[in-house]
Amino acid sequence: MNAPMMLSPDALAKIDKAVAKYPPTEKQSAVMAALTIAQDEKGWLSTETMDFVAQYLGMAPVAVYEVATFYTMYDLKPVGKYKLTICTNLPCALQGATAAAEHLKKALGIGFNETTADGRFTLKEGECMGACGDAPVMLQNNKRMLCAMSPDRIDQLLKDLE
Amino acid sequence: MGLPIPPFAVDLFGPDAVIMKGVNGLNWRLQDYVARGGYAGLKKILAEKIPPEQIVNELKKSALRGRGGAGFPTGLKWSFMPKQYSGQKYLVCNSDEGEPGTFKDRDILRYNPHSLIEGMIIGGYAMGITVGYNYIHGEVWDVYERFEEALEEARAAGYLGANILGTDFSFQLHAHHGWGAYICGEETALLESLEGKKGQPRFKPPFPASYGLYGKPTTINNTETFAAVPWIVVNGGDAFLNLGRPNNGGTKIFSMSGDVARPGNFEVKLGTPFAKLLEMAGGMRDGRKLKAVIPGGSSMPVVPADVMMATDMDYDSIAKAGSMLGSGAVIVMDETRCMVKSLLRLSYFYYEESCGQCTPCREGTGWLYRMVDRIEHGRGRAEDLELLNNVADNIQGRTICALGDAAAMPVRAFIKHFRDEFQYHIDHKKCLVAPYI
Repeated sequence: MNAPMMLSPDALAKIDKAVAKYPPTEKQSAVMAALTIAQDEKGWLSTETMDFVAQYLGMAPVAVYEVATFYTMYDLKPVGKYKLTICTNLPCALQGATAAAEHLKKALGIGFNETTADGRFTLKEGECMGACGDAPVMLQNNKRMLCAMSPDRIDQLLKDLE
Repeated sequence: MGLPIPPFAVDLFGPDAVIMKGVNGLNWRLQDYVARGGYAGLKKILAEKIPPEQIVNELKKSALRGRGGAGFPTGLKWSFMPKQYSGQKYLVCNSDEGEPGTFKDRDILRYNPHSLIEGMIIGGYAMGITVGYNYIHGEVWDVYERFEEALEEARAAGYLGANILGTDFSFQLHAHHGWGAYICGEETALLESLEGKKGQPRFKPPFPASYGLYGKPTTINNTETFAAVPWIVVNGGDAFLNLGRPNNGGTKIFSMSGDVARPGNFEVKLGTPFAKLLEMAGGMRDGRKLKAVIPGGSSMPVVPADVMMATDMDYDSIAKAGSMLGSGAVIVMDETRCMVKSLLRLSYFYYEESCGQCTPCREGTGWLYRMVDRIEHGRGRAEDLELLNNVADNIQGRTICALGDAAAMPVRAFIKHFRDEFQYHIDHKKCLVAPYI
């Protein structure tokens, strides 16, 4: 029995392209890419979405849940329209990330792991993003890296995302 | 949205750069790489039909050591791959750069991606491997996309795929992205992740050379290691060795971060004095005094200023100074920094990133974090410093992978060198240093 197509043809084409990178017997290798593609389209990963990915790749659902719960950038609950993740690790902290994080919390009126009442912003504390030279470093919706995020550049960003 | 980008300069990586020579932040495309002499190594190997063993021997002569952190001799690692094995073998690049302070592979991937691609193709030739994967840190998505674009360029130009440059040698390379797990920088966790599982390290032995990706013989090297290979092939192992020091061949990219005026990556000859590297990074920010340096990424022992200022940047010299060169991530801290608070942030990191497989690490990293947290917040107890060392001792060497060691080593070194600050926090319920982060 086929599950209803939960993802768009465009998303499925992207998943197929990822699957093609690996040996035909190793489709599971594409699960991280598939979950990322699904999350991009759906905004977060519901159990139904993960089950669909499992079926699409021929995996046991539990094997997909294991992956989705292990890697921190998968969202297993709905997040705001803009998910902002700021690195506060030591090298970033030495270069202004602590002040930047406080500024973000104040500007948005929320703490880490919270979402604004209007559903626009979710704030997360991140670990090393491998870009310490450009600190303070933030990610917007996992894929857009923002560098040298001083308080005034944070204000500019929030204004642009209004 | 109009946010300014950092300024680009010629010689972005400094005047001593060899691997990143001429790289200015904009000239990353295949045609630029070829104009800098790129793909000459691969062409030479194919045109002269150089025997694979000869390439491995040159690497051994070069004293190139793994740039990801462990410093294992690359030529020796390549010689471990079984030669007579008839099945599929794999070549894997570890670009899962997430060790706090390290950001060199990101610059190789975005500014000089073809040096890595050429290095991996040569690796495939030298070890008889036809398929490779590059595992890229999930947080640097723009870099992952650029690398995919560079792969397409290499395929279109006939450097990747079947019958490379009209010969009977074939090699295909794919990019794979992570999605937020520090542990996947550990090579066997990376393999698990590449197979589509949670990234929990494997018990070794068997080592990847006999049981790697999909259970097949696999060689894994760091991005910077592969990127050095083309230069060695063109110029010879001796030339690379002579750039550095005996047993410490070549140049190394150091990521300078923390309290320096100009954080960034600098490629220098191994053996360059730390004082020179600090000068390249613009010296201390705001003219403050140097207090301490973590010379090889957050997992490595911290070194006090006076020792560091007398140390040269190579594997053996940094080991003599009581730390490790690691990934070449140099975290600089000035006189205003509280060592308790600094260690607290690192301890939280290891607690957060422990994969939970081994009990000493899963429980121990949380215990370390909670103890440093209570010392920082004025709830420290007289016996805490001994207990911290004791817990660190009971993690180190008792886990499947090195994350446990990585959590324990900073604790021991911070307490060893800055015991008075920890003691002051416990005795006076406040910080010896102010202001702090």
